[in-house]
Amino acid sequence: MIMNLLAGIDISKLLGLALRTSIGVQSAVFALAAVGLNLHYGYTGLLNFGVVAFMAAGAYGMAIFFTQGWLGGSILLAIAAGLVFAVGIALSIGLPSLRLRADYLAITTIAIAEVLRISFRSQRLLDLTGGPFGLPSIEDRNAEVSFSEIITVDWNPINDGIYGFWRLRFDEQTLWVMILGWTLVLLSTLLIWGLMRSPWGRVIKAIREDEDAARALGKNVFSYKLQSLIIGGMIASLAGVTRAMNTGFVETQQFKPQTTFFIWTVLILGGAASIWGPVIGAMAFWFIIIFVEELLRQMVDSGWVPEAVLASNDIASVRMIMMGVMLGVLMIWRPQGLVGKKEEAQIDVR
Amino acid sequence: MSDSAPLNSFPAEIGSSKPDPILTVDDMVRTFGGLRAVDINHLEVQRGIITAFIGPNGAGKTTLFNLITGFDKPDSGSWVFDDASIGGKAPHIIAQAGMVRTFQLTKSLAKMTVLDNMLLGASNQRGERLRYALVPTQWKKQERQVLEKAEDLLDRFNLAHMRDEYAATLSGGQRKLLEMARALMSEPRLILLDEPMAGVNPALVESLLQHIENLRDEGVSVLFIEHDMDVIMGISDWIVVLAEGRIIAEGTPSEVSKNPAVIDAYLGSSIAEELKDV
Ligand SMILES: Nc1ncnc2c1ncn2[C@@H]1O[C@H](COP(=O)(O)OP(=O)(O)OP(=O)(O)O)[C@@H](O)[C@H]1O
Ligand SMILES: [Mg+2]
Repeated sequence: MIMNLLAGIDISKLLGLALRTSIGVQSAVFALAAVGLNLHYGYTGLLNFGVVAFMAAGAYGMAIFFTQGWLGGSILLAIAAGLVFAVGIALSIGLPSLRLRADYLAITTIAIAEVLRISFRSQRLLDLTGGPFGLPSIEDRNAEVSFSEIITVDWNPINDGIYGFWRLRFDEQTLWVMILGWTLVLLSTLLIWGLMRSPWGRVIKAIREDEDAARALGKNVFSYKLQSLIIGGMIASLAGVTRAMNTGFVETQQFKPQTTFFIWTVLILGGAASIWGPVIGAMAFWFIIIFVEELLRQMVDSGWVPEAVLASNDIASVRMIMMGVMLGVLMIWRPQGLVGKKEEAQIDVR
Repeated sequence: MSDSAPLNSFPAEIGSSKPDPILTVDDMVRTFGGLRAVDINHLEVQRGIITAFIGPNGAGKTTLFNLITGFDKPDSGSWVFDDASIGGKAPHIIAQAGMVRTFQLTKSLAKMTVLDNMLLGASNQRGERLRYALVPTQWKKQERQVLEKAEDLLDRFNLAHMRDEYAATLSGGQRKLLEMARALMSEPRLILLDEPMAGVNPALVESLLQHIENLRDEGVSVLFIEHDMDVIMGISDWIVVLAEGRIIAEGTPSEVSKNPAVIDAYLGSSIAEELKDV
């Protein structure tokens, strides 16, 4: 029976694809965004439902600066512009709403993310953002005049070729972006680790636990929350930058609200308020998504699941349902996430 | 009783002036809808002594604390702490000025350890500033001093054995102790304690009282809200009686306990009986 079930299922391909994605660039992108969100939500208790706004700020800030050729169009300055844009977003979210109750921040973040995306799409900003076509323009993209060229090709120290083993083989370009992405993940994780073991981090955690207690002890809660929003936002903006480097262009379709909720899933899966939670979460997220998708596909292809029950092109949505189910199971079985500390789990309180 | 303040020389009158007030409140009103929760013409709190706020439930004691410490805004009124007008200032500014409070419903930081709760209390920590946070050499030395102070206070408050536990695991009484110890970490000049003994084991109350007296002897002014008459009579140098938002009496314990208005308006007959023995 078991053997029969396994007939037609290529386990090596299944695991290979899932593993490949879980260490890929997309996984590093999600990990970066989740590291930023972890500072916001996991440590400071800020309900940021607009993570994608920071990613978009990073990607678009860089892309606009680069394609406009401002200050000589240097790519490093362009990335810095993306970071500055993210700081601007943090300030415009934080200044009006951080003094208010926590739910106002949540509403503001959702709103800003959508306002930003729709503005980028608008005809009025066509010259700046490329509107619905994104940046760089289609012609430039085909002519390979892209910000990613410099970093992924010109600056790539790796010789042309295919690297790796088994199903985990990558060309020099993908490998280089993976190295850059995961290096950023490592650096930002170290940054958070350094901050959270300091007295600054102690105040941040205290604010998560009880703002009034922190105030009564003389801590300027508003200022700390703003600092957290800015630092976490800058880290999340690097996720947008990394993604743009990988795809070679930015467009508004990449920054839809569901991305925010994937990042939340990553964080909760891995464990909020833990140093490695976002990283483990991102890897687990992509492993599960791809594993389930590929398994379903193989089951449909080999006739185990009739087309009438599940057509191949429905698989993408079913994998999301599976993700939801798994998250639900996790919440019951391990509310602190895969690597979080049970005592510090955010989910089971109040 | 501190020798600098001959208390029997203050007139036991409502709004009486004190020789050296650390806190002065004027014309403070706070209404909730039609309810005048606080309505005070003039109040002075003497420096260097233990002052108690007493009054029935709903008298406005906690609301007054909230107003003084900036956690709530009065409809009108002004107040001065140590010669600085602090009316309208944010709570953290007031705390930094040296007036630190505790809460009636304790606010222990549940998912932080008892020790971290304590360390948080210390003021002016370099490492709390973002620009130094990543450079431990900038704050390690101060952190060690803060740690020493925290351990000393934990010892005195019988919490040393809970040092590394999450505050969530403490009992209600232990949380009261932790909150008070944490407030002391900042070395306030005036400490406001909202029912610090509520739920604390009677055996420990004795040592807590001793500790509060020591604080006073070290020069800290103490303002506390309490319902337990034994505690109040035993430890306070001065008592302010509130009812329905107003001050109805002020004086030393013996003066207040003889005040007919207090016995009428506030003290239940059973408590009045108890007071007769004091
Ligand atoms: N936020 C609020 N909204 C409406 N009414 C309030 C609010 N806070 C306090 N009150 C009312 O103000 C009055 C004074 O309350 P307060 O908590 O100051 O009393 P208290 O003297 O501390 O009493 P207790 O001894 O029971 O703690 C009460 O009638 C209370 O219902
Ligand atoms: Mg009260």
